[in-house]
Amino acid sequence: MDISFKQVSHTYQVNSPFEYHALKSLDFDIKSGQFVAIVGHTGSGKSTLIQHLNGLLKPTSGEVVIGDYRLKADEKTANIKGLREKVGVVFQYPEHQLFEETIEKDIAFGPKNFGASDETIQARIPKILEAVNLDVALLNRSPFDLSGGQMRRVAIAGVLAMEPDVLVLDEPTAGLDPRGQQEIMDMFYKLHHEKGLTTILVTHSMEDALKYADHVIILEQGKKYLEGKPEDIFVQQARLKQVQLDVPEEIQFLMDLEKRLGMTIHYEKQSVDDLADTIKHRLGGGQ
Amino acid sequence: MASSLIIGQYVPADSVVHRLDPRTKIMMIFTFVIIVFFANNAPSYLWLTVFSLGAATLTKIKPRFLLKGLKPVWFLIVFTFLLHLFVTREGDVLTTLLGFPVYTGALIQGFQISLRFFLLILVTSLLTLTTTPIEITDAIETLLHPLKKIKFPVHELALMMSISLRFIPTLMQETEKISKAQASRGVDFKTGPLKERIQAVVPLLVPLFVSAFKRAEELAMAMEARGYRGGEGRTRLRELAIVSRDYIAFCLFFIVIAGLFVLRG
Ligand SMILES: Nc1ncnc2c1ncn2[C@@H]1O[C@H](COP(=O)(O)OP(=O)(O)OP(=O)(O)O)[C@@H](O)[C@H]1O
Ligand SMILES: [Mg+2]
Repeated sequence: MDISFKQVSHTYQVNSPFEYHALKSLDFDIKSGQFVAIVGHTGSGKSTLIQHLNGLLKPTSGEVVIGDYRLKADEKTANIKGLREKVGVVFQYPEHQLFEETIEKDIAFGPKNFGASDETIQARIPKILEAVNLDVALLNRSPFDLSGGQMRRVAIAGVLAMEPDVLVLDEPTAGLDPRGQQEIMDMFYKLHHEKGLTTILVTHSMEDALKYADHVIILEQGKKYLEGKPEDIFVQQARLKQVQLDVPEEIQFLMDLEKRLGMTIHYEKQSVDDLADTIKHRLGGGQ
Repeated sequence: MASSLIIGQYVPADSVVHRLDPRTKIMMIFTFVIIVFFANNAPSYLWLTVFSLGAATLTKIKPRFLLKGLKPVWFLIVFTFLLHLFVTREGDVLTTLLGFPVYTGALIQGFQISLRFFLLILVTSLLTLTTTPIEITDAIETLLHPLKKIKFPVHELALMMSISLRFIPTLMQETEKISKAQASRGVDFKTGPLKERIQAVVPLLVPLFVSAFKRAEELAMAMEARGYRGGEGRTRLRELAIVSRDYIAFCLFFIVIAGLFVLRG
């Protein structure tokens, strides 16, 4: 589904001493099938932005268009439940939303609310468990007996089970071990391609944004600061520094390489192994 | 939404009322709650209204915010007024409204009672609007201190109060977060038949209780790890002190009380 933000502003607690302008005249488009990363310093409005994607929040001015759905201030959105079925959101620390007696029931909760039949859900569960790397033997256990990382996987499975077209991820790997982070991000990336999803990832990891996204939006104090291809955005060290963001490790490394050895390698999303090969080749190439 | 109700919410500002000692405010408001019931004629009500509005102005909180925040209470005030209007039968019949006779006594009484109600709510909400929950707890602990003599657990009570007050906003945030997460999974809290809406509370309450218990456990552990033990011999981080502006406030308030008893019929 195509998503488009038109001059979207959001103000919390309008007309009170606590009034706060969290989003200011945001304008951008996301094409169906894109993998978009949203980055920004803490408090820049990322979580506020993504709550507009399934109608949890409405713009206080401007409008958001998601496929056939339209969110606008003072306008009732028809069939908001339909929108929430199409847009699956994995929130920050999603394990806090677990509540059922068994893991199986918790995973089935979302699709059931949207009217999926028991057979359909049962057919989906094994595939999803495999995707999030959980053992089938766990299905009848209570979600509260699991480790933090496992709980996170159950919560993610609960969203995937809804089979959304748009997947919104708010720092899905925060607080996990490095191995688990990589596993989960790779899983989302694979799903994105296999199912042709539109994926919107909020992250504090510039490396993840660089590696997975094909479009990056940088927020700063509720405004759009930069937008474009990751390989164009993440080389602008000075501009990133202004909003307290770092250059991803790979690019930092290539910059240092250029400074120290005068070797220029253009970054175009090569893997670390490929980069190593290129460098080896150039060094061994015996100039 | 819950945030539109301002009773119990603290609004930071730099005003005389904010700087008054919390004990001064509590004692004055406690007295006010009693003396409101002594007003019995127009001058005495006017006198108390002037005092209340004056105090509200001194807080430097925008009147519009105050009035908006009292919105949920307006309904009760209007209801009280109407109830008296139709039920009381004193004085002469003024007119008939919807087939009911309206007496002059009813009009006066309805007006007085709902004004009294309004003043009570306005003044008591000024306490929480201008005083942080921590200050209120500290003040209650010192005010109740004499009860220690009869083995009343004053310190424990104050501790419990401050912990609960500290966690109310956290719990509200958590509620909002979890209800958003469940709404994204298709739970409908707002429409649908009553039975379904009641069922919709389960996915909200279970995670809320789980996290509240977890928090309580962590807090207890953290307090123990830092060697916390009861009240005896504990010194305070914040010392309360009655200063000259508190004495001035007491004097002015005494004039209000005296004025009331002069004016009442
Ligand atoms: N319910 C609310 N009421 C008032 N202000 C809010 C509310 N929710 C968020 N804010 C404010 O809006 C701003 C943006 O918040 P948001 O949660 O969108 O930030 P974020 O970019 O997701 O930050 P983080 O990286 O820390 O998750 C913050 O300054 C926050 O204090
Ligand atoms: Mg956030």
